Amino acid sequence: MNAANFKHALFCAFITLIISYPILGLNLVSAGTSMGLEGASTVTIIGIFMAVAVVFLFQLCRDSAMAKLGQLPRPDFTSNRPPMTEKTRLKIQNIVILTIILGASLWPFIASRGSIDLATLVLIYIMLALGLNVVVGLAGLLDLGYVAFYAVGAYTFALLSQYFGVSFWFALPVGALLAALFGLALGFPVLRLRGDYLAIVTLGFGEIIRILLNNWTSLTGGPNGIGGIPDPTLFGLEFGRRIKEEGNLSFHEFFGIAYDSTHKVIFLYLIALVLAALTFFAVRRLMQMPVGRSWEALREDEIAARSLGLSRTGVKLSAFTIGAFFAGFAGTVFASKQGFISPESFVFLESAIILAIVVLGGMGSQFGVILAAIAVTILPELAREFSEYRMLIFGAAMVLMMVWRPQGLMPMRRIHIELEKQE
Amino acid sequence: MLEVRDLSMRFGGLLAVDRVSLDVQEHEIVSIIGPNGAGKTTVFNCMSGFYRPSGGKILFEDREIQGTPDYKISRLGLVRTFQHVRLFSRMTVVENLLVAQHRHLNTNLFSGLIKTPNYRLREQKSLDRAAYWLNRVGLLDMANRDAGNLAYGQQRRLEIARCMVTEPKLLMLDEPAAGLNPAETRELNQLIISLKEDYHVSVVLIEHDMSLVMEISDRINVINQGRPLASGTPDEIRHNDDVIKAYLGEA
Amino acid sequence: MLDSYFLQQLINGLTIGSAYALIAIGYTMVYGIIGMINFAHGEIYMIGAYTSLIVISGLAALGIAWLPVVLIVALLGAVIVSSSMGWAVERVAYRPVRGRHRLIPLISAIGMSIFLQNYVHLAQGSRNMGFPTLMEGGFTFGDAGSFQTSLSYIQITIFVITLICMAALSVFIARSKTGRACRAVSQDLGMSSLLGINTNRIIATTFVIGAALAAVAGLLLGMYYGSIDPLFGFIAGLKAFTAAVLGGIGSIPGAMLGGLILGVSESMTSGYLSGEYKDVVSFGLLILILLFKPTGLLGKPEVEKI
Repeated sequence: MNAANFKHALFCAFITLIISYPILGLNLVSAGTSMGLEGASTVTIIGIFMAVAVVFLFQLCRDSAMAKLGQLPRPDFTSNRPPMTEKTRLKIQNIVILTIILGASLWPFIASRGSIDLATLVLIYIMLALGLNVVVGLAGLLDLGYVAFYAVGAYTFALLSQYFGVSFWFALPVGALLAALFGLALGFPVLRLRGDYLAIVTLGFGEIIRILLNNWTSLTGGPNGIGGIPDPTLFGLEFGRRIKEEGNLSFHEFFGIAYDSTHKVIFLYLIALVLAALTFFAVRRLMQMPVGRSWEALREDEIAARSLGLSRTGVKLSAFTIGAFFAGFAGTVFASKQGFISPESFVFLESAIILAIVVLGGMGSQFGVILAAIAVTILPELAREFSEYRMLIFGAAMVLMMVWRPQGLMPMRRIHIELEKQE
Repeated sequence: MLEVRDLSMRFGGLLAVDRVSLDVQEHEIVSIIGPNGAGKTTVFNCMSGFYRPSGGKILFEDREIQGTPDYKISRLGLVRTFQHVRLFSRMTVVENLLVAQHRHLNTNLFSGLIKTPNYRLREQKSLDRAAYWLNRVGLLDMANRDAGNLAYGQQRRLEIARCMVTEPKLLMLDEPAAGLNPAETRELNQLIISLKEDYHVSVVLIEHDMSLVMEISDRINVINQGRPLASGTPDEIRHNDDVIKAYLGEA
Repeated sequence: MLDSYFLQQLINGLTIGSAYALIAIGYTMVYGIIGMINFAHGEIYMIGAYTSLIVISGLAALGIAWLPVVLIVALLGAVIVSSSMGWAVERVAYRPVRGRHRLIPLISAIGMSIFLQNYVHLAQGSRNMGFPTLMEGGFTFGDAGSFQTSLSYIQITIFVITLICMAALSVFIARSKTGRACRAVSQDLGMSSLLGINTNRIIATTFVIGAALAAVAGLLLGMYYGSIDPLFGFIAGLKAFTAAVLGGIGSIPGAMLGGLILGVSESMTSGYLSGEYKDVVSFGLLILILLFKPTGLLGKPEVEKI
C-alpha cells in the first residue's frame, strides 16, 4: 500500500462520488411548470457513500486482492475426466435432451395456468435465442436488429388473418419463410460490411422496420397494433368456448369434456415446445453439416476460407437467413399467444435482451443459450420486487461477461466429426 | 495454362509490381524468386484474386481472371497456400479438409437436415478423400486433433493437403519451406514433385530456399523491386549475371 | 432561390447538426484511437443533459437566475459528471477487453449503454423532464404576412458554444503535448507505447474529451428541445454515430461536417416530407454510406492485409 496506490484509490473514490451523487442523490421533481430538486432518501445517500468506500478500499488493496484472486484454484471440471469420443458425447446429449423434452411435455398437465403461460414465453425466447445464436454465435455476425424478423413473422400472421382469415398453421411456414426472405434481401447488401459496421446497420434496419410499422397506420394500425389474432386449431378443433369458424368443431365438445380455458394454454405451450425442439435439432444438425463448418471456418480465418472457394457473402447470408427464419417462427407463435401485437413489442431493447441471452449462455453453445433464456425470462418473474432492476442487471451482466468470461456460462463445445481408424 | 501478361499493382504512390509476366504450362513447376520485398507475394495475391491488379492481364485456361473474386478463382482450380500458415486452428485436422470440400458436398440444406442416403454417401466420400490425403502427407494419426496443436512442419503439410482435396489444376505455394528443417524440406521436395508427377497438378512456387528451387523447378522467374529481372531454366538462372548481382547485393 | 421557409429549415438543421457534431467527435476520436464503437456514448450525452437540468434546478432553488452564471455553472456541472462517467466507463468496461476480438468490446459497450440508461431511469424515473426556458425570443426576418424566418437566441447560443468548443479542441489537438500524443496514438498504438507514450492515459483522455463535448451537447439540445428522458441519448447517439461515419470515422473535421449535413438533411425531411420519417432518413443515410463509401467523406481508406 504505497502512496501512489493511495492517491489512485482516492481518485477512483472521488470519481465514484461524482458519477453517483448528482444523479442518484438529487431527484428532479416537476413542480407545476418548473422543475424542483429533492434530496434522495437516507438509504440512497448511505448507499452512495458505501459504494464510494467500497471502491476506495478495493482500489487501495487492489494489488494484493488481485494476487489472492489469481491464487485461487480455478475449478476445472473437464481436466480429470477421460476424453469421450464424439459419438458417446452425441449419444449422451441426445438422451439428456430427449429426457428434458419428455419432462417438459408432461409438466403442463400438473402446472398452473399462469406458469404454463410464462413457460410458453420462455420457449419463444428459446427459439429466438437459438436462431440468433446461429447468426452471432456460429457465424460471428453481430445482428442488433434481430427483432425485425420476429416482427415480420408476427405481423405476417396478424395481417394474413385480418385480411384473409388465414389460420395459424398456414401462417406459420409463411411467416417464417417471409422473415427468411427479409433476411436474405437485407443481408445481401450488408453482409460484406465489417463486423461492427454490420451491427450498426442491422440496428438501423430494425429501427426502420419499427418506425414503418408505427407510421403505416392504414395497413398495420400504427401504434394501436392489430388484435383479434386467432388461436391455433388442432386438426380443425377450436379451443374457444364457441366456434368462430363455420364447419369447425370445438375441442371440448369433440372429446366430450367440460370446457376449460387452460386447454388452449396447454396446447399453445405444446406447439411452442415442439417448435423449440425442432429449432434445437435443426440447428444442431446444421452445425455438423458443411454449412456449419463453413460458418466456423469463415469466423476463424476469413482469408483462408475464401482461398478455398467459400463465398463470404454466400456463407454469411445462409446464417443470416436461417436465423431470420427461426425468428419468423417465433413471431408467429408470439402473435398467436398474445392475440394482439403492436410495434411496442419489437423495440431495440427486445433485440438487446435476445442478444444478452446468447452472450450470457455462451455464444455458439445451445445448452447454454437455453439455460440463459430460462434464467433471463423467469428470474424477474420470481423476484418481482427486483423486476425493475432487470435491465440494469442485464446491462451489467453483459459487461461483466465480456470482461471475465467472454465464452459465456457454458462455453460452446461443438461435436466434431471424427475420422474413424482405418486398418 | 496460366498466362500473366504485364501485371502491375500500385498501392497509392508505390508501384509494387511493374509489368511482370509469367507463364505456366501444364505439368510444370515454375518458381518465382527474388529478394525480400520484391513483390512476389503481391503477384500471388493478384493471381489468386485477393487484389485487383492495376494493370495487365491474367489468363487461366484462356479465360481472363484478373479482378475475379478470390473464391471464384479458387473454384476454377487455382488454389494457394499462405506465407504464414492459415489453418482453421480450432477445427480438427480432418475438419480442415472437409471445409475445403464444401463444393463436393454442397447438396441442398434439406437433404443434410434429414440425412438422406445420398447425403451420407457424399459425406463418406469426402471423409475418404480426406483420409487419403492425410495418409499421403503423413498426418493420418493426427486426424482428430485440433489443427492448431500440430507442429509447424505438420501444419505446412496440412495446408497443402487442404488445397489438394479441392482437386486443383494449379497449386500456388507461398514459401512452403519457410521454417522447415532440412529433413522436412527434403520431404516437401518429394511431395511437390509427386503432386506434379502423380496428380498432374502444375505448381507455382515462391521460395527463398535455393536448393529447393533449383532442384524441382522446371523454370524460374526472378523479380527484383517489382520488375522482372530474368527467367529461364534453373541452369540459365544460375549463370545469369543480373541475378547474381541482385542476389549478392551489388545492385 | 432562397425562400424563407427553406432558410428556416436550414437554420434549424444547422442548429441540430452542430450539436450532433459535438457528440460525433466523441465517437470519431475513440474510433480513431482504439477502433471501437463506443455504444454508450449516447448515454453519456443523456447524463450530461440530466446533470445540467439538475444543476439548473438547484440554482433556481437557491434563487440564482442570472443567465450567464446559470449557463456556465450548468455547463461545468454537466462536463464534470459526464467526463467522470466517460473515464469510469472506459476503465470498467472497455480497458479490460481492449485488443480482444472486435465484437467483445462492442457487446460490452452495448451492455454499458443498457446499464446507464436504466441507471438514470431508476434514479430519476422514466417520465419526461421539462427543461426550463432559459432564454426566449430571437430575431425574425422577412415580410410580415408571409412566412417569417426566425433565428432564436437559443440557436445563436448553440452556434457560439459549439464554435468555441470546436476551436478549443482543434487548438488542443494541434498544439498541446497531449494532443500530439493523441495523434501519435491514433496513427500507431503499439509504436507509440514503445516510444514511451502512456497510451492508457491517452485513451482515457480521449474518452474524457469526448464525454465533455457530449455533455455540452446534452445541455444545448436539452434547452433546445425543452424536455429530456432516459431514452433521449439512444437515438441521438445513433444520429451522431451516423454523422461520424458520414464524415469519415476517425476524422475530427469529418465529424463536424457530417453532423451539419445530417442535421440539415433531417430538418429538410421534417420540413418538406414528414417529421415521422426523419429517423428513417438518417438511418437510411447511414446504411447507404456504409454500403457505398464506408470511409465517409473525409476518412482514409483501410487496406486489407494478408
